[in-house]
Amino acid sequence: MSKKEQDLQEVVEQAIAQQKVPHVKIKGIDPHSIDIARLTKPSKETRQERWGKGLTALAILLIGILIVSIIGFVGSHGLATFFTDKVNIFHFLFSTDWNPSAGPNHVGAAAMIVTSFAVTLLAALIATPFAIAVALFMTEYESGKKANLLQSVMELLVGIPSVVYGFLGLTVVVPAVRTVFGGTGFGILTATLILFVMVLPTITSLTVDAFKAVPKELRKSSAALGATQWQTIYHVVLRAARARIMTAIIFGMARAFGEALAVQMAIGNAVLMPYNLVSPAATLTSQLTSQMGNTVMGTLPNNALWSLALLLLIMSLVFNFLVHLIGKKS
Amino acid sequence: MTNIMEAQNVKLSYGKFEALHGISLNFPEKQLTALIGPSGCGKSTFLRCLNRMNDDIDNINITGKILLEGKDIYRAKLDLVALRKKVGMVFQQPTPFPFPVYDNVAYGLRVAGVKDKQLIDQRVEESLKQAAIWDETKDNLQRNAQEFSGGQQQRICIARALAVRPEVVLLDEPTSALDPISSAEIEETLMGLKKKYTFIMVTHNLQQASRVSDQVAFLMDGELIESGPTEQMFLAPKKEITSNYLNGRFG
Ligand SMILES: Nc1ncnc2c1ncn2[C@@H]1O[C@H](COP(=O)(O)OP(=O)(O)O)[C@@H](O)[C@H]1O
Ligand SMILES: [Mg+2]
Repeated sequence: MSKKEQDLQEVVEQAIAQQKVPHVKIKGIDPHSIDIARLTKPSKETRQERWGKGLTALAILLIGILIVSIIGFVGSHGLATFFTDKVNIFHFLFSTDWNPSAGPNHVGAAAMIVTSFAVTLLAALIATPFAIAVALFMTEYESGKKANLLQSVMELLVGIPSVVYGFLGLTVVVPAVRTVFGGTGFGILTATLILFVMVLPTITSLTVDAFKAVPKELRKSSAALGATQWQTIYHVVLRAARARIMTAIIFGMARAFGEALAVQMAIGNAVLMPYNLVSPAATLTSQLTSQMGNTVMGTLPNNALWSLALLLLIMSLVFNFLVHLIGKKS
Repeated sequence: MTNIMEAQNVKLSYGKFEALHGISLNFPEKQLTALIGPSGCGKSTFLRCLNRMNDDIDNINITGKILLEGKDIYRAKLDLVALRKKVGMVFQQPTPFPFPVYDNVAYGLRVAGVKDKQLIDQRVEESLKQAAIWDETKDNLQRNAQEFSGGQQQRICIARALAVRPEVVLLDEPTSALDPISSAEIEETLMGLKKKYTFIMVTHNLQQASRVSDQVAFLMDGELIESGPTEQMFLAPKKEITSNYLNGRFG
């Protein structure tokens, strides 16, 4: 028995000796046979805790490895374009000449970058006012059945697979745009309209959360100062929810930026600098989905696609960073 | 002494539950009336009747009359916005808006359509001075009001209520969320302002009521038990139950 355990034994015996209520006997505890070894060993709960922590750490480690390998894989292939195939990075970012099979001087992604940003910004721009209006209706004006109905509709819209949106767009929006604006019907406008419907529920539900997070007391204080409901909404609720609404918009933009299938079905897939909203174009994602089956691993055209993927990855990091930044500032 | 507000037989029910059973109470001009009583007796409910903040609660039913300068505030064509300009309110928790102090205090004027920058400037300064928070805010009027301490926030809220020059200011336990020093500062602020405004304050701090009020009304279970000048209420209450409450035998 070690010194520490002996000490413990002494303390326990002393405690038993000092026990002033001898008639109290707790079942299962025999005062003369204290098992010091058992007391000093980790309990079942402690072992469970260690197990739990170990499992969690393992899971985190696995996910970490996964993330690192994804970034590493996309990064190494995406960067091979520049290091192995010697494509100039400025050429990649600013040239509109996209024909990678013709050699490293024809890997300009500017047309796709511009188109990606155009559809994203336009979709967010159109969706935001609608999202705010719907969210206001759901939180400030109606809170009962009608709000719940709208909520369900929004959830339904989120749940529809993007290929269905794309199919609908192809069947309904493309001919409509063709009839109204001429051209082929494919292009930024069509893609924007489809993305608008797709990001609306995202932005709306996050905006609803933003409004719900504004304390009731602020609304009451505003009313008590003689403000009408609209004044309260405009000056207090919108202002208090500003940062969260920004976050909602960025999440919506991230979704729009990354959407591939529906956009690919509606944008026309011509890697050209768009000269108007109804000319066929291509986004980073649509080019990836439509071309990935047509290239051979390790060749320049394949690496060039990986560069597009890398760009998408970086953009999603940027969106996350923005959300973080806004969260910190408020 | 004229009464600026008069409650006449005010009854209020939340659905089937009657919270106020007919309260009649006069509020003398430029005095501070304290509403006291055990929790849940209806103090806040009654206070909210006085600027109609209860209106948007579902299934509420209010009867009786509340006169402001002789006119019933529950009359058919009353302008709520105008009423709330005359009867301001300060809440238990400080509720500064998440924007600069200046915009907070200017809020009531701006929603009322006041555009005159000079007038707003002057009112903001005056109100902050009246609420005894000018010294702490004059150099950072553009700072977010929510970044101040709780006591400072509450005084900013008082300044915000005063900026529209109300006749009456309702206060619902304005110091119960604050530390003793901030509470004392708010009390002092109220004492200084009593000559200019009529205050109606809910408090369950009896010492506070005795220190700052001119008139005390004691409510219990939705009933007005007794009201009168502060001194008389504390020294010689007419009813035994009042005396028991004031002596801390229950509550
Ligand atoms: N919005 C409400 N709906 C239903 N009952 C309420 C509501 N507000 C208060 N009550 C009830 O009315 C009674 C008085 O409440 P209140 O005025 O808040 O009391 P006090 O401010 O004196 O503590 C309480 O029984 C309370 O439960
Ligand atoms: Mg209360």
